[in-house]
Amino acid sequence: MSDYNFAYLDEQTKRMIRRAILKGLAIPGYQVPFASREMPMPYGWGTGGVQVSAAVLTPDDTFKVIDQGADDTTNAVSIRRFFQKTADVAVTEATAEASVIQTRHRIPEEQMNAGQILVYQVPIPEPLRFLEPSEVETRKMHALEEYGLMHVKLYEDISQHGAIATAYAYPVKVEDRYVMDPSPIPKFDNPKLSMPAIQLFGAGREQRIYALPPFTKVVSLDFDDYPFEATKADHACDLCGSTESYLDELIVDDAGGRMFMCSDTDYCTSRRKAGHIGAQGVPYEEDAA
Amino acid sequence: MHALEGGFANAPIDAAHAFRAVMNVTARPGVIEAVQGATPPAPLSIAAGVVVLTLCDPETPIFLTPRYDTPAVRDWIAFHTGAPICAPADAAFALGEWDQMPVGEFPLGTSEYPDRSTTLIVELPELSTDGATLRGPGIEHTATLSLPEIETFQSNAQHFPRGLDFLFTCADRLAGLPRTTKVS
Repeated sequence: MSDYNFAYLDEQTKRMIRRAILKGLAIPGYQVPFASREMPMPYGWGTGGVQVSAAVLTPDDTFKVIDQGADDTTNAVSIRRFFQKTADVAVTEATAEASVIQTRHRIPEEQMNAGQILVYQVPIPEPLRFLEPSEVETRKMHALEEYGLMHVKLYEDISQHGAIATAYAYPVKVEDRYVMDPSPIPKFDNPKLSMPAIQLFGAGREQRIYALPPFTKVVSLDFDDYPFEATKADHACDLCGSTESYLDELIVDDAGGRMFMCSDTDYCTSRRKAGHIGAQGVPYEEDAA
Repeated sequence: MHALEGGFANAPIDAAHAFRAVMNVTARPGVIEAVQGATPPAPLSIAAGVVVLTLCDPETPIFLTPRYDTPAVRDWIAFHTGAPICAPADAAFALGEWDQMPVGEFPLGTSEYPDRSTTLIVELPELSTDGATLRGPGIEHTATLSLPEIETFQSNAQHFPRGLDFLFTCADRLAGLPRTTKVS
């Protein structure tokens, strides 16, 4: 512990990030520029989320990290250990026990509550970036609320595929003003973006922070005749049998065998502990893996 | 009291707790949080001192209203944060009592960069959840807060996404009012 300042970053950096977070909360959906620091991990591994978490954590927190819903992937484990080491926080895999949850590309299945903070890792914060490469132009488009291009993109989806084919990073409009990229969460998670918890988004390489206060109005873009639909694989989880949760598809052999399982490992494990068994599941045993 | 005293005893930990309180009141207008850790010189309240120590540094010019612009306050802010004292037009933060705030002279940010606006730390003689009705992001239905007036906050919200953001302090307690909140 003595080798690091609390939560790794120096105090002046944390103040700068904290000021950006406050302006982000004051202007929901607007991307606040911040002076992103080099972190001891490569860009793309959650440097933005890590910096936001470092600015937010206190020693009293219980920290959880998920990577596409899973607590036990390399990225999640290493970020969790990083803050165990540098911020001395308690850690957990249980969604309900966590006060701060850093997430890559999922919102937990379990309903978030008012005492919690959800920190998203964001690769490309600008929803218009793949439509307009110039930052000068996209900034002007946000200033003028000029979002026609985004609707054209969704329309082209319909004209080519017969439906809006965008399945993740589905654009939303925040408080009838800013179009925002909710990070590459599946569109299944979009309806959960209006929640009692504070949501903070950090993009390290792109040097942007944005935020959603609790109960902020978040609407997924759509058309009257092609309304937004939160979709998932049409299956039940093969491990816990849930029909409600977002599923990962797993190829299990080289003969076309596959199974579907909850992407949220804590949700799936809790259900299996409670005795739910899916089509290919076995009764839950501690440390069975 | 000496200017060298009254700062955070354990800056990283105290600032982390204080920031969580500031973030919570900004994200949830109408919520009042208690903070601790600073003992600033009069007339600064504990809460205003905590906010200054948590958010201000050499990169954030501060405007002080005349009654707060004393040598003791200047020395304390200079020693603990290094923040320069400035005119309203350059202020990242403004600190003082409500009726002395030149509200019309602070930057509101630009359409491209609405974040480049002043955050006002307003010292109030009383702070309670008894007063104006608040609606907007961070509030499930409605909330209430003892605001010093209503019209200024209504016209501030009309500039959205530009606008000023407010923190209200009284003794060791603080509340927040971002530009998104609709006041009535």
